Amino acid sequence: MNNSVTEIRLAGFGGQGVVLAGVLLGRAALEDGMHAVQNQSYGAEARGGAARSEVIIATEPIIYPEVTAPHVMVALSQAALDRYVADLRPDGTLIVDDELVARLPADASHRILGCGFTRIATTELERGIVANMVMLGYLARATGVVSLEALHRAVPGGVPSGTEALNVRAIDRGAALVND
Amino acid sequence: MSEQGAVRTGRYFMQGNEACAEGALAAGCRFFAGYPITPATEIAEHMAGRLPGVGGVFIQMEDEISSMASVIGASWTGVLSMTATSGPGISLMQENLGYAVATETPCVIVDVQRGGPSTGIPAVPFQGDMVQVRRGSHGEYEAVAFAPASAQEMFDLTILAFNTAERLRTPVFLLADAAVGHMREIVEIPAADSIERLRRTLPDAEADPYAIKGFLDPDVAPMPVFGRGHKAHVTGSCHDAYGMRNVVDAQALDTFVRVLAAKIRRRTRELAVIETGNTADAQVILVGYGLVGRAAQAISLQARAAGLPVGWIRPVTVWPFPDQELREHCAAARNVVIMENNLGQMAPYFQALLKDQLVWSLPPQILGTLHHPDYIMSHIEEMLK
Repeated sequence: MNNSVTEIRLAGFGGQGVVLAGVLLGRAALEDGMHAVQNQSYGAEARGGAARSEVIIATEPIIYPEVTAPHVMVALSQAALDRYVADLRPDGTLIVDDELVARLPADASHRILGCGFTRIATTELERGIVANMVMLGYLARATGVVSLEALHRAVPGGVPSGTEALNVRAIDRGAALVND
Repeated sequence: MSEQGAVRTGRYFMQGNEACAEGALAAGCRFFAGYPITPATEIAEHMAGRLPGVGGVFIQMEDEISSMASVIGASWTGVLSMTATSGPGISLMQENLGYAVATETPCVIVDVQRGGPSTGIPAVPFQGDMVQVRRGSHGEYEAVAFAPASAQEMFDLTILAFNTAERLRTPVFLLADAAVGHMREIVEIPAADSIERLRRTLPDAEADPYAIKGFLDPDVAPMPVFGRGHKAHVTGSCHDAYGMRNVVDAQALDTFVRVLAAKIRRRTRELAVIETGNTADAQVILVGYGLVGRAAQAISLQARAAGLPVGWIRPVTVWPFPDQELREHCAAARNVVIMENNLGQMAPYFQALLKDQLVWSLPPQILGTLHHPDYIMSHIEEMLK
């Protein structure tokens, strides 16, 4: 058995685009020739409530379809971090928007990474709405769960038409942050 | 009607609800009436976008009562028709569901289940309507329901639901839940010409309309449809094979109920779709339907890898209850664990069926979540002590 499985949890509040980020991650995994399952949970509110999207990426077909202990977690709000971080594997990677998340978990065993995704999207790309794509590019480069090329290929058809170039730019900006 | 573009052959990373809508279109569904409700809304949304392009009709109705009425009416014009809702909508549809059964109206009802009772919790998966779709309308009747466990099955089983509805002239349920409806996975849509599409039998167009026996045949009567020169009296009241009311004689009621039930009961075996693994030598069998069935399979394989004699069963057909297949697969086991995302709705049916086994009803630790592998493994180890 050589099945490699990666569980990823993306969390924030409604409107930050964690569900779309999860969908693109799943699409990119398929582009990489992997299997993927993406699911999502959210409250009744379109914006502001808790939102979560989870993705499993594996080399073999996925039977158990839900995340139980994520290898990677992204938190785009303090509330999301506090609510969902408990299941993160001790050796897991935690990625935060470090200007929206002030209090990090006391458990120092996690690999903790982060940047001001939202600020960078707002100031450099002039579209706060693509903060999720900046995060996604960063995630791909920092963890290697999907390739950057696959992420690029996942964009057409995965985002509203007319916004492809902006999203790709945001992804590339996020990826570049890892080397900054 | 345009068939161009109805089947989107290809390989996609697609949401379950969207796959359901694509399955309906591929099966030939050209009418949808519904009222939006989380977690089923994407089905209506997708049908609204797609149906006009393939010559179909989409109507957003004022509620679920009228939605079900519209679906029945559309089916009587010969068009494959469906609706999609969640538990609260099914509650409202029950009266007209009984009418669809009584009038032998083929149609598909998708129930993407959410937490209940009442308005409950919209986007949390729950298997709360398992018995409601079986016994929710008044009187005595048989239901047909399939429970998908993947986005692919949301596509495949929607086609099966239409084929079964058309073949047996009866409403058929697709019993999904919020998790299956909202999850995205690989969905492969085959070439249009490789998709089986069954259609109801129509009476001979030349036949004397008063001589057509359009109802109450256990081998399924031809369906006189409006707009094809047929005439028929369509009533939810007790009627004979010509559709004529008889609301006086107990014998008429007896025939009415028994024939409608026999039409489904006689076909229990051929309707049974069931997935299994490692049952032959299993001392413990995990049973789950829908997404929970995948948890049962995954945990069973995990137990096998640890050397434990555990098997799994995932009934895809939930109604009619596939009793013979279940009994056969459970024959050698000592313990049968019924995993359900509710407090044990189907478990009593298993307990009534399996007299030689210990049948356990096991909800997840937290309702609305999938059974955690560690939790089930601890129960398995306890049973094997």
